[in-house]
Amino acid sequence: MMAAASNSLGQPVDLREPSGWRRSKNQIMTILMWLAFVIVLIPLAFVLVTLVAKGADAISLQFLTNSTIPPNVVPLGVGGMGAAVVGTLEITGFASLLAIPLGVLGAVYLNEYGGNGILARLISFMSSVMTGVPSIVMGLFIYIIWVLHFGYSGMAGSFALACLMLPIVIRSSYEMLRLVPDSLRQGSYALGATKARVTVTVVLPAALSGIVSGALLAVARAAGETAPLIFTILTVEQTNPNLFSGPDTSLPLQIFSNAQSAYVGANARAWGAALTLVAITFILMIVARIVTALFTRNTR
Amino acid sequence: MEEQQDQLKVQQDAEVLPKLAVPETAPAPAAAGASIFDVKNTSIYYGAFRAVTDVSLTVHENEITAFIGPSGCGKTTVLRSLNRMNDLIPGARVEGDINYRGVPLYGSDVSPTAVRRRIGMVFQKANPFPKSIYDNIAYGPRINGIRNKGKLDEIVERSLKQAALWDEVKDRLNKSGLGLSGGQAQRLCIARTLAVEPDVVLMDEPCSALDPIATGRIEDLMREIKSRYTIVIVTHNMQQATRVSDRTAFYSVLRDEKNDTRTGVLVEYGRTAQIFEDPHDSRTQAYVTGRMG
Repeated sequence: MMAAASNSLGQPVDLREPSGWRRSKNQIMTILMWLAFVIVLIPLAFVLVTLVAKGADAISLQFLTNSTIPPNVVPLGVGGMGAAVVGTLEITGFASLLAIPLGVLGAVYLNEYGGNGILARLISFMSSVMTGVPSIVMGLFIYIIWVLHFGYSGMAGSFALACLMLPIVIRSSYEMLRLVPDSLRQGSYALGATKARVTVTVVLPAALSGIVSGALLAVARAAGETAPLIFTILTVEQTNPNLFSGPDTSLPLQIFSNAQSAYVGANARAWGAALTLVAITFILMIVARIVTALFTRNTR
Repeated sequence: MEEQQDQLKVQQDAEVLPKLAVPETAPAPAAAGASIFDVKNTSIYYGAFRAVTDVSLTVHENEITAFIGPSGCGKTTVLRSLNRMNDLIPGARVEGDINYRGVPLYGSDVSPTAVRRRIGMVFQKANPFPKSIYDNIAYGPRINGIRNKGKLDEIVERSLKQAALWDEVKDRLNKSGLGLSGGQAQRLCIARTLAVEPDVVLMDEPCSALDPIATGRIEDLMREIKSRYTIVIVTHNMQQATRVSDRTAFYSVLRDEKNDTRTGVLVEYGRTAQIFEDPHDSRTQAYVTGRMG
């Protein structure tokens, strides 16, 4: 009794983490986590620095807009990647138009309507299988069912990219819809809303920013794909303004063919195209983030 | 000597069973209004599990009816069956008759959506939509097809005033409803329910997450709006039932030891003063005096 009293009066209270193994463990784990973070950052920084160092020289207004991609032997400064920029924007854009609405609707069906039914389970299983299909197989698939009958076109490339994007959009949107608390749905039902109303006016807005993030991942993935386009759009050196007919070209395809060349000019164009592709994806991400933030400014 | 002991025993008994004082603010019994809900011999199942058995009671117009009882006694289940919210739970099934103003609620041509537009619900946990305060209130009227901005403004103001929230939020109607405190958020949900001008408001433990001051405001609110609405409230707080309700239904749990199942039953239903001061059933008496549950 006396000892306790004098102790509590005399000495200052020590509220630090008890010394010994527990404190050391905390320090070791903290260092390990920082280390892991730095290790993850290294390749990313390396890629970006290399891209800018080797590609920045090629970038100019002419490079981005000139519609003729010159032969490999021609040095940098003549012609440009305009055709590939247009092709990438058109093909990826149309693919997004096909895949994102379909994917989001599929996720809505899975989470809000399908329940545990046989159709919902089938769709869920199929989309998982689709995630694992190699991208070149998607290209071959479109080649057989579309290109052989209707010829090469940017649209055929869009079909192949949409096939790639679809399972990603379904999976990510589904996960986001699952996170919407049930109490929100109940609140809406209690006001006399129909199921479709609940989904459109409460569930989808609440999940919007997550759905956009998932869709952007899919777009970025598709924009950088080469393999599915080889069999579907072939490649050309001139801008093809018509998405729906005739061979087209895209930045990844140009990177692929120019980087293989032995000529310095072609190599420089490949680096420039790579930097352009990363920049386009990056700008797209930022724009989509801003737009989403404007739409969801009251959701937090 | 023996007599003295007997007297002592009686005194002790009286001490064990103190009467719960009904405060002055308790509403005076008035003539019963028209019946809003007629529940007859109703049992509610979740799949094969019988959650509530054989409930019969009548809810009267412009009264506050309280459901009290221990956890798991099915009071929330009965409440949710009154606006067909149980339909949303797979496997939920209602047997027996529930009439709303003489119309069978579970009739084959009854639309749950139409039912819920007349019979609103406030939940245990405040669930404002992730929208602005204005859009939260305007949500219900918009569902009902009101698009006129002036009309919506009017409804939003009126509903927030009814819910005693207007003064606190009138300058930030375009801010998120998620930024409100717990009590404000619950009043927002009540305002949202009142905005569609329902006939009945069901409340599922609306104050269980609130402090006494916020609870007091919501109780004041209930007393104020009951002249226009009929209210059914589930509460764990017996004091609350005595403070606000005109009638009280006491539910309890029947345990089937053989199959190890529990089923809710309605033990006693009557005027609140009678339930708390002169319960007819020993289980009610045990509960309201704090000996059980």
